[in-house]
Amino acid sequence: MTTVFDPGAEAARATDAILRDTLHGAHRGVVVDSPPGAGKSTLVVRAALELAQAGRPLMVIAQTNAQVDDLVVRLAEKNPELPVGRLHSSDSDPYDKALDELPNVRKSAKAGDLAGLDVVISTAAKWAHVKGVEPWRHAIVDEAYQMRSDALLAVAGLFERALFVGDPGQLDPFAIVGSEQWAGLSYDPSASAVTTLLAHNPELPQHRLPVSWRLPASAAPLVSAAFYPFTPFRSGTGHGDRRLAFAVPSDGSAPDRVIDEAAESGWGLLELPARHTPRTDPEAVRALALVVRRLLDRGGAATSERSPDAAPLTADRIAVGTAHRDQAAAVRAALAELGVPEVTVDTANRLQGREFDVTVVLHPLSGRPDATAFHLETGRLCVLASRHRHACIVVCRAGVTDLLDDHPSTEPVQLGVTVKFPDGWEANHAVFSHLSEHRVVWES
Amino acid sequence: MNKAVLASALGSPSAFGQSQFAFMRGNAFEARVKADGGAELLRLVHEKLDAEAEPPVGGAVPDLGASGPEGRTARTALALREATAAGGWTLLDHPLLALEVAGSPAFLEPDAVVVHPDGAWTVVEIKSFPMLDGSADPAKVGAAARQSAVYVLALEQVAARLDPAPEVHHTVLLVCPKDFSNLPTASAVDVRKQCSVTRRQLERLTRVEDIADALPEGTCFSPDLPAAELTAAVESVPATYVPECLAACELAFHCRARSRAEGAVTSLGRSLRAELGALTTVTDVLSAAHGHTGDPEDPTVEALRRAAKLRMEALGTPSPAMGKGDAAPGPARGAGNGAAGHDGAAPDNEPQVPGPSRGAGNGATSHDAAAPDNEPQGSK
Amino acid sequence: MTLITTLARLEAVSTGRAQPLTTVRHRHLTDHPLVLVPLTTAGEAGAPLGALVGTDRDAPRLLVVPQPRDRDLRFAFLTELADIVLPYIDAYADDVEAAERNETDPETGKRVKVEVELCADAPQLIVPGRAGIELVRLLGRSMRFRRTAEQDPETPYPAPPRVPLLGRWLTHYGERARVPGSSLLTALTDALSRHWATGQSSLEDQHLGALLAWIDPPRGESGAEAALRAELERDAQGQLVCPPAGPATDPAFDNKLLAPAIERYDRARTAFAAAEDGVEADDRLGELTAAERQIHELVASRTRPTWDAVWHGLDLLRTLPEGPRAADRWTRDRWSFTGHRDRVLAGEPPQPRRDDAVTAANKLATREREQARLEAQEALDDPLVMAGRRLGGEAFAGEVIDVVMAYSEGKRAAPRPLVTVRTDDRPHLGERAKVYRSLGGKPQSAEFVGYEADGSAGVSDNGGVLVVLRILDKMGRGKEPEPGSVPEKGEPLCFTLFEHEQRGGAKLPEPEDTPWTHGGPPGETEAAPPPDAVTPEDVL
Repeated sequence: MTTVFDPGAEAARATDAILRDTLHGAHRGVVVDSPPGAGKSTLVVRAALELAQAGRPLMVIAQTNAQVDDLVVRLAEKNPELPVGRLHSSDSDPYDKALDELPNVRKSAKAGDLAGLDVVISTAAKWAHVKGVEPWRHAIVDEAYQMRSDALLAVAGLFERALFVGDPGQLDPFAIVGSEQWAGLSYDPSASAVTTLLAHNPELPQHRLPVSWRLPASAAPLVSAAFYPFTPFRSGTGHGDRRLAFAVPSDGSAPDRVIDEAAESGWGLLELPARHTPRTDPEAVRALALVVRRLLDRGGAATSERSPDAAPLTADRIAVGTAHRDQAAAVRAALAELGVPEVTVDTANRLQGREFDVTVVLHPLSGRPDATAFHLETGRLCVLASRHRHACIVVCRAGVTDLLDDHPSTEPVQLGVTVKFPDGWEANHAVFSHLSEHRVVWES
Repeated sequence: MNKAVLASALGSPSAFGQSQFAFMRGNAFEARVKADGGAELLRLVHEKLDAEAEPPVGGAVPDLGASGPEGRTARTALALREATAAGGWTLLDHPLLALEVAGSPAFLEPDAVVVHPDGAWTVVEIKSFPMLDGSADPAKVGAAARQSAVYVLALEQVAARLDPAPEVHHTVLLVCPKDFSNLPTASAVDVRKQCSVTRRQLERLTRVEDIADALPEGTCFSPDLPAAELTAAVESVPATYVPECLAACELAFHCRARSRAEGAVTSLGRSLRAELGALTTVTDVLSAAHGHTGDPEDPTVEALRRAAKLRMEALGTPSPAMGKGDAAPGPARGAGNGAAGHDGAAPDNEPQVPGPSRGAGNGATSHDAAAPDNEPQGSK
Repeated sequence: MTLITTLARLEAVSTGRAQPLTTVRHRHLTDHPLVLVPLTTAGEAGAPLGALVGTDRDAPRLLVVPQPRDRDLRFAFLTELADIVLPYIDAYADDVEAAERNETDPETGKRVKVEVELCADAPQLIVPGRAGIELVRLLGRSMRFRRTAEQDPETPYPAPPRVPLLGRWLTHYGERARVPGSSLLTALTDALSRHWATGQSSLEDQHLGALLAWIDPPRGESGAEAALRAELERDAQGQLVCPPAGPATDPAFDNKLLAPAIERYDRARTAFAAAEDGVEADDRLGELTAAERQIHELVASRTRPTWDAVWHGLDLLRTLPEGPRAADRWTRDRWSFTGHRDRVLAGEPPQPRRDDAVTAANKLATREREQARLEAQEALDDPLVMAGRRLGGEAFAGEVIDVVMAYSEGKRAAPRPLVTVRTDDRPHLGERAKVYRSLGGKPQSAEFVGYEADGSAGVSDNGGVLVVLRILDKMGRGKEPEPGSVPEKGEPLCFTLFEHEQRGGAKLPEPEDTPWTHGGPPGETEAAPPPDAVTPEDVL
């Protein structure tokens, strides 16, 4: 018997099971792992609407104000009648002004003002200040893997049961001071909220969304194998479903050739000559900017399952990703010089959760004399390599594999801490060996 | 090759060596763990790794004696095969394993290997650093885990030659003294990561012959050679010194002296390099920073010059950096330095109490900050 | 490490002397710190071999455990240590001032001010290096659960009376040392490396002798030469001339000097115990005393150089004027000390082996807040530290070149003047970023409006940038800003992108309200945690 993988059906089955456990299950918590682009936001919105419909007062906990505002907007899009509360801080400009346009969204800095609304949404930091209220019957915790255990401790008293949703492959939360003394404790305050939750409640149902709707068929297997070795996922689209074409043919330059390679295969590695450079490597920065410029100049058109017609590859569909803020600033300046103002340029941290057609990435290890834990962190590379719907172009100095060999992972080991997979060193090797098959050498 | 002797002969003796107190206690501890036919050790393996299996009662401890490393590895392999077939608990005390490294066999001697009743094998590592309240020095545990991972890979090579191949656990048992006692306690350590890293390293490791080929003909590291010849011989081997070497290698002081003589910035720490781009020596960096050399358009040079300027400014004249009324170093400038709990600016009240509510001027929070300190000690 | 620090290190290499990293001292030093220079026995966790301890640099007390594996001798050492440390602590515990503290009224749940005592000063412990702090923690852990004969007449190896209390205090100090900016328990190498950059790596800076050699090299010698001697020079017997600052000893010392001396001591003791009559006993006592004295001398010879080095290091630190905000952090240390004093007085049990979930989270929150506070305060106290923040784009200094009065919209127009600052720095200013300057010791906030002049970065003619800010607060309640509250044209200013003061975080639940996600309330633990199991073989 042969079974054909039907991504839509698989995803629907997973979603149904999640909603069943959430609405009718016996457990106090449900955990959902969502790989990049697997429809996490859609799930959160749908679960919120169904819980509201079932008459269960719901609080939603997200990690940043941008995430909160985004959820509010999405909820209002799906159901403009739904009474939604946006709990915000008392700082100036606490929420997106777009919320003022939504008639059924009430905004307040006081939880009491929002009592009785079907859904109340805020950040974990703000929720932590809410005291002396009746607990909500239900909560949704979004980006739960990026939430710290201590942040969950501060808000968990506010709800009776909760749906925890997040992407385990992205950047882990961190503390700015040492927290080794609690390593190995089930409630290590610097660990992720999900780690603590499951350590204390191992019986909770754990689901995962099995299909990435964002990553193309060319990317899902690599990202899945390198970053989710024990919880594989598939691409929702097949190899022929997405196409990236350019009206202007290649001029034979390295940027054009790497663009064509990426358009064809989904990946491109633009390799600069080996050299130790400062973080804001001017040549690499210029190369990134040139690639972006050429992407726009060549009249790109992206065809996908979303529409029968090709959509033009515009500046808002392209992003540049870096490891450090100064690198992002340097790329922005270089783009400005080339007259390309509207392309998103940001660090991995800030690109989490976002989606583009094409991404151009400065490899975190490019030109570095050493490979620190920061640069080897799996989540950083995972975020950078999983933001695209069509193609990802990586710009890098030659010599990364040698650099990796010189810095074998010699991480300390804490007794009692569950080993997190994969290892950054190993994942970097895996990704790089794949990228090397799509290499275009920059000749200067 | 004895690197400590070599280092002394080079004129840079290492600070290595082991105190006989540590040595004796380590031996005494290992003997205690393995006493009575390894009863305690097998009990720990059963408790921590294989609680479902029958409890070990009088496990077997085969004799592994044989002549020469080849003989001992063969004896170990045989004992492993027999123990696996026998289906009980078996302790292999100091077995000898061979692992192909870059085309040559390396012999490895784990503290112990335990064969479970189901035929699976587990590496046991006995260390004399303590597990205090269940945790141990992470750097030492990390080193033990990497060491054990190599044993696991070597065991897998032995297992692969058997049919069916027994399972080699990727969780090893680390046995250490408990708290302040010399009673053994143990913890399971997952070494899957270390195994995969080691496997990849072994695959990529330059073949030993290749390293040898790169050396000049007749290179010899005998400590009996005159120091100058010896130095030349050692320096023909490429090595990159970083301060971390000091804790790991007997030759580190020698390499450090070389690295310093070359003016390598990495002798001050690996991380220094990160912002220095292509500049690698102290002279080059300072010369660029002081504007003598370097392309001002190069971001490294540019940043260095800004750093040098800011540093000079701050050290030279008190910069205008501090806002009005803030104390700069030296004579306090102006009044009203009400900074941070200083009540100096307050009129002379009663004995000044920089109370919590006026701490850093952040009112209530200032004492809440100390709250954990004020938690009752006992958990309620 | 910022590039400024890197430069300082490289300058140290080229000049042969350590270079300043600060212009003021960022760690508080009390007038009478207690210095502790301990040694331990290799291979055993926290087994003391001896120590020099005291507050008088010319008269340290030497404590020695002639046979480190003998439980009675170890207890005798700890008793002696308690007899020195506890009276030192008690002297500070009794000198108090009246103070106020915010507490939550258990009945109303409101925040109220409560009159409490605050110790006027606190005892300060100085150890040579980080390993010394680890040992303080370890000693604290090994002592605080011990039972005295009075607490438990059944206990097989009762601890001397004051030893568990010393354990609690050392635990408190060890734990407090994890709070950034705290000075209750200070490792001298850390304090020195905060203020000076040497021409060696930070790893090597943990060698007190080498560190001091760089900061204050002997006449006619470079720091590098002196440091190398401190690290490696050995005498004719193969012993290090500058012994390691401990608590670990040099293996060559253990093997060549200490082991034979301990063996001699053991022999003498056995012989003494076996003496059959008074005359024989007298003879053998003489040998035992001599053997013991030899070990004392050995321990003294290894600790005294470190003892002197510690005081030398303190002298060097005292040459720097204390940063104004260091006193604020010391006040926090005093609160910490007072709090622990109160808990001991209230008869609370010793600190548990492991923190519960709420305590751990509270501690982490405190330390993160204190880290941010320390970074901000050091920068505000010290232009050299601020220079590093400016280089990193987290602050900028410049001159006011224009002030335009403007007002907020709304019912009551409040002043919101626009200030243009010319700076050579390159702050990472995002859209509407908040920036702060210190105005009379308090932060005044402003909002980034934009760069002046056309061009994206607003580059002015002479290279700098023109930053336009809107001042937001600290201008009084009236329509006209209070005098001096608005920057004036020509005024030099420094704005930071980081906040000067730290907000308190949200209050966590009480431990008994620990939620289900974190395992629920910790179980009822006994009033006093059980002591560690002791076996006859533990020692000897």
